[in-house]
Amino acid sequence: MPPVRIRARAKKGTMTRLTKMVFKRYPWRMAISAICIVFNVFANLCSSIFVGFVSSVVTRAIELGKNPFDITASYKAEAMGGSVTINSNATILLIIMGVIYAIGIFAAWWWTRTMAITTQEFLNDFREAMFNHMEDLPIKYFDTHKKGDVMSIYTNDVDTIRQFVSQSIPEFFRTAITVLFCFITMLMNSIWMTLIVILCTFGMMANTTIIGGISAKYFMKAQRQVGVVEGNIQESINGLKVIKVFTHEEESINEFEALNEDLRKFQTEANVKSNITMPINGNIGNFMYVLTAVVGCLILVVPGFDNLTLTGMHKIGVESMDSFYSMLLSFLMMCRMFSNNVNQLSQQVTFIVMGMAGASRCFDLLDEPVEMDEGYVTLVNCEIDENGLVKETEKRTGKFAWKHPHQADGTVTYTPLKGDIVLDHVDFSYDGTKIVLNDVSVYANQGQQVALVGHTGAGKTTITNLINRFYDIKDGKVRYDGININKIKKADLRRSLGIVLQDTNLFTGTVMENIRYGKLDATDEDVYNAAKIANAYDFITRLPEGFNTMLTGDGSNLSQGQRQLLSIARAAIADAPVMILDEATSSIDTRTEKLVQDGMDKIMKGRTVFVIAHRLSTVQNSDVILVLEKGKVIEKGNHKSLIEQQGTYYQLYTGAFELE
Amino acid sequence: MLKKIKLILKSTREYKKFAIATPFFMLIEAALECALPFIMSILVDTIAQIKTPGDMLVTSYNALHLSVVGLIILLVGMATVSMFAGIMGGVLAGKASVGLAANLRADYYKKIQSFSFANIDKFSSSSLITRMTTDINNVQMSFQMCIRIVIRVPLLLIFSVVMASINGGNMVFIFIALIPVVAIGLILIGKGAMGIFRRVFKRYDKLNESVEENVSGIRVVKAYVREAYEKEKFNNASDSMAKDFIKAEKIIALNNPLMNTTIHISNILVLSIGSSIIASHASYDAINNVIAYDVLSPGQMSSLLTYGIQILSSLMIFSMVLVMLFMSLESIKRVAEVLEEEPTIVNPENPVMEVKDGSIDFDKVDFKYFETAEKNTLEDIDLHIKSGQFVGILGSTGSGKTSVVNLISRLYDVLDGSVKVAGVDVKNYDLKTLRDNVSVVLQKNVLFSGTIASNLRWGNKEATEDEMIEALTHAQALEVLRGSTDGLNRKVEQGGANFSGGQKQRLCIARALLKKPKILILDDSTSAVDTKTDRLIRKALKEDLPHMTKIVIAQRISSIEDADQIVVMNDGRIDAVGTHDELIKNNKIYQEVYYTQNKVGGEE
Repeated sequence: MPPVRIRARAKKGTMTRLTKMVFKRYPWRMAISAICIVFNVFANLCSSIFVGFVSSVVTRAIELGKNPFDITASYKAEAMGGSVTINSNATILLIIMGVIYAIGIFAAWWWTRTMAITTQEFLNDFREAMFNHMEDLPIKYFDTHKKGDVMSIYTNDVDTIRQFVSQSIPEFFRTAITVLFCFITMLMNSIWMTLIVILCTFGMMANTTIIGGISAKYFMKAQRQVGVVEGNIQESINGLKVIKVFTHEEESINEFEALNEDLRKFQTEANVKSNITMPINGNIGNFMYVLTAVVGCLILVVPGFDNLTLTGMHKIGVESMDSFYSMLLSFLMMCRMFSNNVNQLSQQVTFIVMGMAGASRCFDLLDEPVEMDEGYVTLVNCEIDENGLVKETEKRTGKFAWKHPHQADGTVTYTPLKGDIVLDHVDFSYDGTKIVLNDVSVYANQGQQVALVGHTGAGKTTITNLINRFYDIKDGKVRYDGININKIKKADLRRSLGIVLQDTNLFTGTVMENIRYGKLDATDEDVYNAAKIANAYDFITRLPEGFNTMLTGDGSNLSQGQRQLLSIARAAIADAPVMILDEATSSIDTRTEKLVQDGMDKIMKGRTVFVIAHRLSTVQNSDVILVLEKGKVIEKGNHKSLIEQQGTYYQLYTGAFELE
Repeated sequence: MLKKIKLILKSTREYKKFAIATPFFMLIEAALECALPFIMSILVDTIAQIKTPGDMLVTSYNALHLSVVGLIILLVGMATVSMFAGIMGGVLAGKASVGLAANLRADYYKKIQSFSFANIDKFSSSSLITRMTTDINNVQMSFQMCIRIVIRVPLLLIFSVVMASINGGNMVFIFIALIPVVAIGLILIGKGAMGIFRRVFKRYDKLNESVEENVSGIRVVKAYVREAYEKEKFNNASDSMAKDFIKAEKIIALNNPLMNTTIHISNILVLSIGSSIIASHASYDAINNVIAYDVLSPGQMSSLLTYGIQILSSLMIFSMVLVMLFMSLESIKRVAEVLEEEPTIVNPENPVMEVKDGSIDFDKVDFKYFETAEKNTLEDIDLHIKSGQFVGILGSTGSGKTSVVNLISRLYDVLDGSVKVAGVDVKNYDLKTLRDNVSVVLQKNVLFSGTIASNLRWGNKEATEDEMIEALTHAQALEVLRGSTDGLNRKVEQGGANFSGGQKQRLCIARALLKKPKILILDDSTSAVDTKTDRLIRKALKEDLPHMTKIVIAQRISSIEDADQIVVMNDGRIDAVGTHDELIKNNKIYQEVYYTQNKVGGEE
């Protein structure tokens, strides 16, 4: 199956979806945070207004020859070019300013804290939702997605959501409000000067999009090359010993250096472009500042060049010079604030674009359809009386039966769990085009051992995939104890099947916990017994902490053989009537091999077993051997009859083919 | 640590000039960025002097004695230079940091190519890979930050303080007094949060490991119906991690109010003290309606506010950058560790450049992998192999089979005793000469992405097509050419994933044969090959390459039973040496293995 390609760009609507999720989940917190941000911004903006007030009060007081701080006095104070006027003195103004600041600080603390907490809670929910959803996905998802890609959703992409919720949402709102507020105030002060500001803002935005765009192009190129270089690194480090043995060092170095040089070129382009965006924008801001001052001057000195504001045309006469001057002062401050925020806004846009690609991948995972289960036949504990009548019970009897409610007449029938498996003319294809199984029939009666033999890709694993419904076929061609397995609840079906896979897949935890994985309510005694059955007991007790030894990284502190013994013990404790075994091919030393084989033999006893066989001993002792080729059963029978046929099995057996 | 940083910086080489020039441009940019508001405040104050329309050239009040026009030209000039400096800084910093990373990768790569097996064993492959990718990326980022921001920000801070003192005189002490307050606040916040973060990130890694386990072990999870169990496990871990994260975030959230508070306090102080200074020093000329300011003007006061914000925010940026730099120290350390590692095996002086024949002599050899290991891996190995012999080695895992053969091509050095090839101690050979003549097919063998031919040419760069076909024939690997029309140019995917285990092993043998070695070592190299083909390979080697010494390590007795001598290893020692017939009579281990393998199957 071809791996599913991972998207590099965000799907449309990702941002709306994510934003909606956050606001729906925390409507009050978001609302209060928004109000706090408004207060925070307002307090910061007050600086420029109050600078205007205070300096005009001071000027007025000086002109009158009085003390501007006199609390009883009242001077006419103007800010923003005379569009706002109040009567007050410096002391009262500073006190009001202090109060506004205090509110602003409190608001700032509140929203940063709330957003930080909200982000973590949201992220936690999101992560759990993803994991919980992932656990419910069909095996197909895992077979068609690379492990690295899935992992990167958890390690990288979730992080972009953190960035979005904790930074982008509040920052975007904050800068947008500031820009808007600045813009309105500037329009109220002088439309001519604001025009300059608008012009320069377009310049900044153009710079950000053009250079940013070029930079992004090179980043993509560089990123692709990073993949190539890392591939080379991985290959040569994993094969380092081979390189040494073949004294291939020089060639490897030359090959690497060529790739590395390309990477350097692309990365330099990308880095340089992104490095120059900020200084250009920052200095456009400086030009804007100067140009605004120039226009201000022109309004002052050119007769007939009147100041246009939202309230109309204002002639600058000798008497209004002072107020225009103080307006210019606050306008210039506003300018700076404006350009800084526009800059930040454009930076946020880059973050958001990058973040949405990540969020989009998270949503892709969440949107994957979960494993369907329409089964209604369940596995229950039962008692069987002397007449052979099956009765359901709450008690743990060690006996099980299939509970089969019939929809037609409302009756319930019980079938004792035995372990008959039938595959009846099964056809199967993973992708709907390439046929993997073609008319395969298998009848395994209770206690029979079925060996599947054939080349890689012949369809051995597919058969076992169908039995435990890792993949579904449409109609009732697979039956367990005579029941169509599509009618059986998946959880109960799988509980009735034990499995030992080629890859052992142990989990972080103690040896005890790993064995108990097969049956969560098993006592310690049960675990010891299972370990003994699997021939694992001896080596476990020799481990530094026995059954309490911690295993990490898929049991990397154990040998391959020991891992296999543990996975056999895990299957042994589950004690299911049907076993699926995929024998390991990797070579382990003779002594451990013997233990593994012996352990396998023990758990096969008395059970219906499907085994993907690599060992001659297993194959020989099987009741039925199916030789598969290209999805077809080409030979079927027991060892003796197949040897007599002198066909493919005979060739496999005598060593003319490789058993893998 | 300093030594390690120096070692890393050595790799700047041709980009050193860029790295040195960058701070210079950043200095210009920072200086101009600070001077700009100062000149602007002069411009504003000069404009304020305009009382008659048309008077653009007022010079009555300004420190630089420039007219408005002159000031504007100056400002535009400064902004242009600042932009130029900023762009140059960005360009050079980009070139330098990317260049450093590229050089580091090349140096690192060369270094690990010089490693001996003992060096390689010290680091795991995955750690070698992360060091070369993630860690070098971190170094690149922090280096760029160093030459751009770490130098720019303190400069900005100092210039701002200087300008503030020029403009505002003693009022600069408001900021100087606030700097330690902010610094202490930031340190406390950082300290409080860092501790928690460090702990949480470890848990985060663990959590992701458990996701990984679930992704790769999903078949086990589903087969045992443990979805609910795994969910609960994950959710508990995630919940408790989130709690810790929130704890840390609450501390971090104090950052914003801290900055707001200090900036606001400085604003109020500047405004109140500034106003009273202005008020007490200014005089009003009522006739001309002109105020003459002394010490401080409103324009200067407003520029002071700008400087205040600049000082405090650069402090904040500096603290953030420092935190990031400290975090990247770990990466620097990890990369330097590899660069510092000395290869344990190097070419001798005046090396022997020719291997005369394929005879091998082990004389009282002791060996262990790590100096610190208590027990020797090999003890007292005495073994003599004649040129052209076929030698089998048998023994259980850990008995020392691989260790013995690894000494022949000097992949490791002996602890005591000596290993001689063609009568010469292996330590005296030129390494390339020795390894070209002693061809090892490793147990964990790999193919490299490319084509079959490109893989085979590892054995001999100039190999002709006929030679390659010959080697494939000997290794019974011709079948890999079938089923594809590309012949020797058939593609090989990374790790040889498109070939079966047995095919890979045979390709590796063919690759080793192309060296035309005097000694061929097969270390369990036919485990996935069926017995019949296995036999054919041995037959071909024996009949077509009779002068080549062949050493075969095997699990299967059938692979070695017709050897000239069979060495039975046990627990690091030679248990017995002899032919199949001798050993089957008088060696217990050999007998045991033989009977287990022949009890069932009877394939022999």
